[in-house]
Amino acid sequence: MSIWYPIELLANWLTYGVFSIAHGTLLAEAVNFFIFDTVKIFILISVIIFAVSIIRSFLPPEKIRRILSHKYQFTGNILAALFGIVTPFCSCSAVPLFLGFVEAGVPLGVTFSFLVASPMINEVALVLLLGMFGWKVALIYIISGLIIAILAGIVIGKLKVEGLVEEFVYNHKINATANITEMSWRDRANYAKTYTLDILKKVWPYILIGIGIGAWIHGYVPTDFLARYAGRDKWYAVPLATLIGIPLYSNAAGVIPLVSVLTEKGVAMGTTLAFMMAVTGLSLPEFMILKKVMKTKLILIFATVVGIGILFTGYLFNFVLR
Amino acid sequence: MKIQVLGSGCPTCKKLYESTLQAVEELKSNDEVEYITDVQKILEMGVMSSPVLAIGGKAVIVGSVPNVEKIKEIIQKNSGSEDK
Repeated sequence: MSIWYPIELLANWLTYGVFSIAHGTLLAEAVNFFIFDTVKIFILISVIIFAVSIIRSFLPPEKIRRILSHKYQFTGNILAALFGIVTPFCSCSAVPLFLGFVEAGVPLGVTFSFLVASPMINEVALVLLLGMFGWKVALIYIISGLIIAILAGIVIGKLKVEGLVEEFVYNHKINATANITEMSWRDRANYAKTYTLDILKKVWPYILIGIGIGAWIHGYVPTDFLARYAGRDKWYAVPLATLIGIPLYSNAAGVIPLVSVLTEKGVAMGTTLAFMMAVTGLSLPEFMILKKVMKTKLILIFATVVGIGILFTGYLFNFVLR
Repeated sequence: MKIQVLGSGCPTCKKLYESTLQAVEELKSNDEVEYITDVQKILEMGVMSSPVLAIGGKAVIVGSVPNVEKIKEIIQKNSGSEDK
């Protein structure tokens, strides 16, 4: 019996009891699916984001910077990618984070590992992956994301791109160490609660729309319908999915529930992974904002290196899975 | 007391600026609110997230946009001590 059994009962009761939709109809399928997934996702979001926020309250970016500025290449890349998991990433903070790291002497490659991991492995994406695809896919996603972040950082570090960062970045040396006040457990719980509610407030419409369209497809589109166009024997599916994913960043919350249904209809798993990584890891608004601190060429290198990593992951899992 | 909102020019930052303006107005205080998009200023405060609300040069809200009530509370708490 799965831990979601009570929600299954609830979904059944609402679909067949309260709404009295006849068993076995497509409408019943779709409604049942919608209720079950929505309740499950919202429970997962509340629990997991709360937990991640508690961890994060121990690791403010200022502290991460202090740790990373003492690390060298490689160890630094690995640590930076790991820290990236718990740090939320809003494109608002991309520039101050980048400047803060570089000015504190964190190597450029290490900074990039962080910049890749932070948005790609974000907690909302994780919750949705866990809820819609199960823990195995979520784990594959985390590990591939980490590897891409670590390797991309190492490659960019080796390319000696220091000259492609806007000059003013190096003209400042920061001495300020903000007085980070120690938080009590009550502060941490408060912070986590506020943050979780914020996220819920921000993503709920996207999730409902995503699951809604997903439920419709789940009920009405025949299984394997998409296999013809995006099955694993189609070489162009991975790059196409990656390209489509780039402009969709702000809607990651709605995209994942939708995509999980598409795999059910025949889109190969590797293609799906590549798509989700492109949605979260390659974001157009982030690139625009980063232009303030780095030259276009460096942004292109950054996007290309991460893009190659994503394509590779996509092809690899299309080859390995199933 | 000088109130500053610092941001990288993103939508969230503008929202904090607007909420702060509203908070100041509701408090009927004559504090001036300044909107700064120079990221370097954020770093000089030793902070690495945006947006930031600073009162008298000290960062009091970092990386989030609380509601207007909360901002009012924070402004009152932080301006009392140094005001005149």
